[in-house]
Amino acid sequence: MLRKIRLTLAIVFWVLITWLLVDFTGTAHAYLGWMAKIQFMPALLAVNVGVLFFLVALTLLFGRIYCSVICPLGVMQDAIAWLNRKKNKYSYSPEKGMLRACIVLAAGLLLTAGLGWVAGLVFPYSTYGRIVGTTLAPLYKLANNVLAGIAERQESYAFYTVDVWLKSLPALIMALIAWVVIAILAWRGGRTWCNTICPVGTVLGMISKYSRLKVVMNAKACKNCRKCERNCKAACIDLKNHQIDYSRCVVCGDCLEECKFGALAFGYKPMIDKENIIYNEWREKQEAKSEKKEAADKVDEGRRAVLTSAALLVGTSVMKAQEKTTDGGFAIIEDKKKPHREHQITPPGSISVRHLRENCTACQLCIDSCPNDVLRPSSKLATFMQPEVSYERGYCRPECNRCSQVCPTGAIKPIEVDVRKETQVGHAVWMEANCIPAKDGKPCGNCARHCPVQAIQLVPAGSKYHQDHGQWFDADNKRVDGRTVPMIPVVNEEKCIGCGACEYVCPSRPFSAIYVEGHEVHKDV
Amino acid sequence: MKQYNRRDFLKVSGTVAATSALAACGKKDNAEDIDLDPMGNHTDPVPTDKMTYRTNPKTGDKVSILGYGWMRLPTKRVGDGPNNEVIDQEQVNRLTNYALEHGVNYFDTSPAYCRGKSEESLGIALEQSGRPRDSYYIATKLSNFSPQQYSFEEGCKIFENSLQYLKTDYIDYLLLHSIGGGGMDNLRQRFLDNGLLDWLMEQREKGRIRNLGFSFHGDVTVFDYMLEHHDKYKWDFVQIQANYIDWKQAGGRNVNGEYLYTELEKRGIPAVIMEPLLGGRLSKVPDHVVAHLKQRKPENSVASWAFRYIGSKPNVLTVLSGMTYMEHLEDNVRTYSPLEPLTEEEQAWLEGETAALIKSYPTIDCNDCKYCMPCPYGLDIPGIFVHYNKCVNKGNIPESQQAENYKQARRAFLVGYDRAVPRLRQADHCTTCRECVPHCPQNIDIPRELRRVDEFVEKLKQNTL
Repeated sequence: MLRKIRLTLAIVFWVLITWLLVDFTGTAHAYLGWMAKIQFMPALLAVNVGVLFFLVALTLLFGRIYCSVICPLGVMQDAIAWLNRKKNKYSYSPEKGMLRACIVLAAGLLLTAGLGWVAGLVFPYSTYGRIVGTTLAPLYKLANNVLAGIAERQESYAFYTVDVWLKSLPALIMALIAWVVIAILAWRGGRTWCNTICPVGTVLGMISKYSRLKVVMNAKACKNCRKCERNCKAACIDLKNHQIDYSRCVVCGDCLEECKFGALAFGYKPMIDKENIIYNEWREKQEAKSEKKEAADKVDEGRRAVLTSAALLVGTSVMKAQEKTTDGGFAIIEDKKKPHREHQITPPGSISVRHLRENCTACQLCIDSCPNDVLRPSSKLATFMQPEVSYERGYCRPECNRCSQVCPTGAIKPIEVDVRKETQVGHAVWMEANCIPAKDGKPCGNCARHCPVQAIQLVPAGSKYHQDHGQWFDADNKRVDGRTVPMIPVVNEEKCIGCGACEYVCPSRPFSAIYVEGHEVHKDV
Repeated sequence: MKQYNRRDFLKVSGTVAATSALAACGKKDNAEDIDLDPMGNHTDPVPTDKMTYRTNPKTGDKVSILGYGWMRLPTKRVGDGPNNEVIDQEQVNRLTNYALEHGVNYFDTSPAYCRGKSEESLGIALEQSGRPRDSYYIATKLSNFSPQQYSFEEGCKIFENSLQYLKTDYIDYLLLHSIGGGGMDNLRQRFLDNGLLDWLMEQREKGRIRNLGFSFHGDVTVFDYMLEHHDKYKWDFVQIQANYIDWKQAGGRNVNGEYLYTELEKRGIPAVIMEPLLGGRLSKVPDHVVAHLKQRKPENSVASWAFRYIGSKPNVLTVLSGMTYMEHLEDNVRTYSPLEPLTEEEQAWLEGETAALIKSYPTIDCNDCKYCMPCPYGLDIPGIFVHYNKCVNKGNIPESQQAENYKQARRAFLVGYDRAVPRLRQADHCTTCRECVPHCPQNIDIPRELRRVDEFVEKLKQNTL
């Protein structure tokens, strides 16, 4: 029964959070945004005290239920292990305490050093996010596009087509590597990854040792059939000693159903302990009687190390006009290319390049939910797989704050639309060499028309023009405008918010004549 | 006799129909001249031999009042990419055969239509029909629009190419294509100063052109000039835009159809009518207008009013319609087999009340002729306007956020916009270069209208309407 409840909850969580990660419409977020926010690492990075308290309390009560219900990567591993289900394939293995401790320590140090993405490589939620975000999300969109095609034929607006494109090859490769490694580990050894590498597993494992309710073994009832041990995907049942390693037990409940003798139960430990103590005393006597006693108590240095490092971790918390002779047809539109930006642009709400770098675990949630195709995983080493802003396929629309709403770690902090319209994340830079009025003498001004904050004005090029009450006049005092003389854009950097509207609508291709340079620290305009 | 519509029929023979319904199902009973099947089947067969014909006073040509415009041909996609729509010749052939079988004998093409593929398509379609060359009339045009085609040699070349594509050695009706846009200067450059018009008149003498005329849009001084010199040029016909909207209340800088028609009638020059339906804008109308028209004749299509209206003018030689789909062709053939002229009261009702009602909707005057295309910056100008008009007709242009259907209308507009026009070809990419403006026969200030659509889209997106 307990197992069934756990299984149902786990599947529901897993499906919903996966939907949250692939959804691009914002629907999932409205209802399920909390599912990303209750993940351990995001909550820790966001210093979400409430959630952290809840997770610690949950673990103190029920053990590592987090790992077998809430963590999508954990459930995914269970699913993989289930696909390779053979009876009795597991066996107890001693804990690799030293390795676990080192990984937690290293993750903590990397986070402190601002290399969030490296640490993020072993964080379960962001790893899962990357796997889903780079592989499943495009497939989801393709499926959506099929539905959109059907909807279109039926004049329904229930589905709409979205672009599917490779946002970053390195991120895809990294995600695939992570997937293959985790899948192999899960296929062969169940929860190996969770119980040796995952720092969240390690930290929760420390807490779960003290949890009130846990799987307990009644040694008296045990017939030593080893069925439980052989079917424990966490490899934490030491049947020989009738001991369970609670730092690794994820309370999946599999063993409870395997045991036909009622020797295993999920319950309040002290009560059963009492029985066990009596039993053990009795057994010890027996053993002492029959054989010579074997001193087996070993100080587990690994565990001690984990405690130290965990404390540390918590502490750190254009084109050419074509000659037209016939009617109809379309001019070919060249794809835009990413300009070389001296400074990267970060989404509004992320406060600064540094804040984003230090707090983002690269879970891809913002990237896959960006409705304007502005965010994509970075390929730079310092910010690898973290969101990067660029405006070749759309711009950061003034009415949108989706990424700030979905971010579970607080790397992109929630930002109101009104505030977002006044937050400067960069500024536009004009490049004469590409600008159509400057180059070809043809009218344009599309950047100025689309600037949502009116930071761009059009002015006639050259010193022979003068301004009077916002109008421009030539040397003969004749009024000039975009139709009579080429007008070029000038940017008021103080007003510009760096949204990229100008860059996106600029007709110059493949490189826009106006592009955005990012600012290290965002500010109000 | 034929004027019975369903309601009259029921009135007259309601009980007969009711009692003999079963019998009627099996075979046509003796309901005399009534074509309607009392079982409620609207579609009696389209007549093949009842087409109305008009006589060309000069040549005596019996021209079907329904002319087939070769500009809006059915297309099919061959693979991806923006320009991979090709003419669906198989379907074109079917339409051609149907039209010929039902008495249509006037086909109007141009070297510029359908990205330059229209003439070739007509040549193939007529050849495969297997009909003798003198059983139909071909109209094509001298479409020297680009400055690089203004020379005499280029002009002659266009004409000779037309003959080749159309697989013929004479053209029945040749038009100077769309004069009036760009004013007198443009006319001089294209036809007068280079001697091209003189040469065309020579060809008429030689019989390579049977009738010489021009099509007109725009600056009325050009039209007047051409008619003033009728003695010299001896126009055999003139093609004008006329319909019940443009008759007295022409949109934008267009000239009232009434003026153009009357001037031609005075001189006995037959008029060929284009845009009788404004590219479908007089058939795709808001529900309110549908009810307004259908209330009078529930059985007749909305489009039929436009065709009957203009066909009722006696000096009209033929009415051109670019029929993309078989159902358009069937409906128009039905309307004109034979033409049932409108009463004066009906004509006044269309020109006045109905025209005013249609004009009260904020549609853009675009007839989807694609003369503006290709836009050098890749925009799909007619696609944008057609989508906008479609939303006007469906009531999906909310006035403000307080509008009752704001949410649904917003979604329908925005989702439909992305479906109709790829993002990079939408209105926000217009640079206002104005290359398109002189090409528009409806004289739409295209950049301004694009800006209007774009601002509307922005308001919808930002929820600031």
